[in-house]
Amino acid sequence: MTPIEKIGPKRLVVGAHYGTFGFIVQRVTAIIMAVYTLVLLVGILTMSGFTYQGWKNLFTFTCLAMPLGQILATLAMISLAWHAWIGIRDIWMDYVKPVGVRLFLMVLTILWLVGSIVYFIHILWRA
Amino acid sequence: MSDSATKPRPQFRNISPVDLMNYRLPMAGKVSILHRVSGALLFLCLPLLIALFAMSFVSESGFAAMSTVVGNPIVKLILLALIWGYLHHFCAGIRYLVLDLHIGMDKHSAAKSASLVLGVSLALTAVFGLKLFGVW
Repeated sequence: MTPIEKIGPKRLVVGAHYGTFGFIVQRVTAIIMAVYTLVLLVGILTMSGFTYQGWKNLFTFTCLAMPLGQILATLAMISLAWHAWIGIRDIWMDYVKPVGVRLFLMVLTILWLVGSIVYFIHILWRA
Repeated sequence: MSDSATKPRPQFRNISPVDLMNYRLPMAGKVSILHRVSGALLFLCLPLLIALFAMSFVSESGFAAMSTVVGNPIVKLILLALIWGYLHHFCAGIRYLVLDLHIGMDKHSAAKSASLVLGVSLALTAVFGLKLFGVW
């Protein structure tokens, strides 16, 4: 076994654990979304009839004058986009081998997701 | 020495789409590939879902207009596919989180939990589908 210090002059440039951060993010964002899904589900089930006001209130309710509904929805959306980025990036890495095509698809994915976040936040915080 | 050590196991390398049709995945494999397919489906339809949300969220009349759009049978079918995608991704995801805790790792329980994921997500899709199509 080559000692780690011999691989790069300052640090390990290639090797294990580079995917650990993605692995952790994938799971943490999954739990955030799962919890938020259940929160929304309870909100919908305890609503008295499916009305516009009730639906809007799910995303705009406040707590101690804080826009908690909007904050939770924004956090869930950011989690979704980050989670999707890792998943879709893995799909491109598994199936698309030419580096140029892969880079192109990854950039497209980022634009797609960042666009979705901006669109959602724009609608959500306009209320 | 056991028999399996001397007898070469069949290998499936560089399988073509034709082989893919004959290659029988175990239950856990089916859940795994469907997890990927459902995730990709949700990713591709994300702007559509946000557009529907935007419509329903901004105004009372938009909320009514969204109900009309969702009333369209083709939109209903797309939504049904997305509901399945969300539920499968959700259930399979919970299974993976449990597996991460090293629970149910042996072959038998893994196959059982995979069947459970497929069954529960399809059953829930049926429930939401009946609600969506106004049967119940």
